[in-house]
Amino acid sequence: MTQEIFEITENCLIARGIYRLHLLGNTTSMGAQGQFVNIRLEGKFLRRPISVCCYDNESITLIYKTVGAGTCQLASMHAGEKLDLLVGLGNGFDTAKSGPSPLLIGGGVGAAPIYGLCRDLTAQGKNVTVALGFNSADEAYYVDEFTATGAQVLLATADGSAGIRGFVTDAMTGLEYSYFYACGPMPMLEAVNAAVSTDGQFSFEERMGCGFGACMGCSCKTLTGSKRICKDGPVLEKGEILWPTHE
Amino acid sequence: MADTRVSLAGLELDNPVIPASGTFGFGHEFAELYDLNILGSIALKGTTREPRFGNPTPRIAECTAGMINSVGLQNPGIEHVIAHELPTLARVFRKKVIANIGGFSVDEFTYCCALADKQGQIGIIELNISCPNLHCGGMNFAAAPDSAYKVVAAVRKVTAKPLFAKLSPNVTDIAEIARACEDAGADGICLINTLLGMRIDLRSQKPVISNKMGGFSGPAILPVALRAVYQVYEAVSVPLIGVGGVSSAQDVIEMMLAGATAVEVGAANLTQPYICRDIIEALPHVMDSYGIGSLSEIIGKAH
Repeated sequence: MTQEIFEITENCLIARGIYRLHLLGNTTSMGAQGQFVNIRLEGKFLRRPISVCCYDNESITLIYKTVGAGTCQLASMHAGEKLDLLVGLGNGFDTAKSGPSPLLIGGGVGAAPIYGLCRDLTAQGKNVTVALGFNSADEAYYVDEFTATGAQVLLATADGSAGIRGFVTDAMTGLEYSYFYACGPMPMLEAVNAAVSTDGQFSFEERMGCGFGACMGCSCKTLTGSKRICKDGPVLEKGEILWPTHE
Repeated sequence: MADTRVSLAGLELDNPVIPASGTFGFGHEFAELYDLNILGSIALKGTTREPRFGNPTPRIAECTAGMINSVGLQNPGIEHVIAHELPTLARVFRKKVIANIGGFSVDEFTYCCALADKQGQIGIIELNISCPNLHCGGMNFAAAPDSAYKVVAAVRKVTAKPLFAKLSPNVTDIAEIARACEDAGADGICLINTLLGMRIDLRSQKPVISNKMGGFSGPAILPVALRAVYQVYEAVSVPLIGVGGVSSAQDVIEMMLAGATAVEVGAANLTQPYICRDIIEALPHVMDSYGIGSLSEIIGKAH
């Protein structure tokens, strides 16, 4: 982890309630797709943890949803303004486990970190399938960007306004794959867990105090002991997760 | 040259800045960021006899100028701390630490403190008799003078190390409780622990925190902590550690003027991970700007 000042180069609405934030700065502490940053906002005591959509040597792209005062404040910021970030937080996805034909599953704003992973895995020559789930067509984003990586993209919307009508698990029916990676809201992750046929990794959310493992604010119980979502996660292995309904 | 040294119950500190228990873990996360040896000392994560997972999540809620936590003393237990956390920390921190001991019974406190007593690395034992997050049968010993006296007196019998009682602000008369701790043999008083607080989510119309209530900390509570330190300074003759809302060198000086010999920095570590380093670097300059030559000379000067 490092603390860095990043400059906003773009902050634009890309779907209903969904923004893309492009930031220029030092990304040397980023080590994997699926990690997150923790953003300091003027007048807010706690930082806002936002997962990284993708990154390169000098920039980070975040995709976030406006859900409260903090993210709305973030949405009102403009290119040229500066942000104080803790960078390179969490473990991220382990691409070494993907096998030849991984399935990537993203729901809502949880599709964001799946994009960087998709880009990396397709660049490695993997035969990637992506299943994306959104509430409706106007909340869907990055379908073209996912397709442009060369991955096979399957789309589901709850109201049927784009892709097949249903949940992301409906889009996965009958697929064969070597491994999976999933990020999205908790009910989606639980449904995915019931639907998948291989090992895989899930990325979780939790309310955090620090975002770097100090406060124990985001601990969860797993089969391999207590884990901090911010430091030991946010990505956990399928085999270690204790799902809430099973506790 | 500004002199930042202070003497805390026999422990000579290079400066009075100490990360507060529960906001610094056992130091590992921060050791990756800066050299911990610049710190006066470190107050370790609250430790109990048994390992504890703590409370269900969500454990964190934001407030204006602060936060609420209901972590619930998650820790690996005293044996693990002694066998693993202390030796690991010793590799990166050569000064003596403050062990923060929590418990549900007098027996648990004496058990843990008897073990802590044998650790040369531990310079001070801080008795957390004021955690607001322990409900399941646990009691807040700092809620009344009698119970505070009982636990401090019992622990006094099992350790010769400097013993500080960490007090709760959620009481009618904190000075009375501090006096009881001093009477029971405490070598110092640490104040304050968090204020009991709550937030409610407008969407769910339920408390944000799973445990409903939690400990409120952050810059918003600095005036409450200052007031408590000021009051207790006049009530006891043992040294005080001031804690609550400190996030700048100016806050450190203010706390010392109120009567603190050392100052713990808490919630600010979580949002500004370099804050203790920044405060320590700023202290000499801020002292100069107020004509302060030696920090130890300003303790209690506001009285």
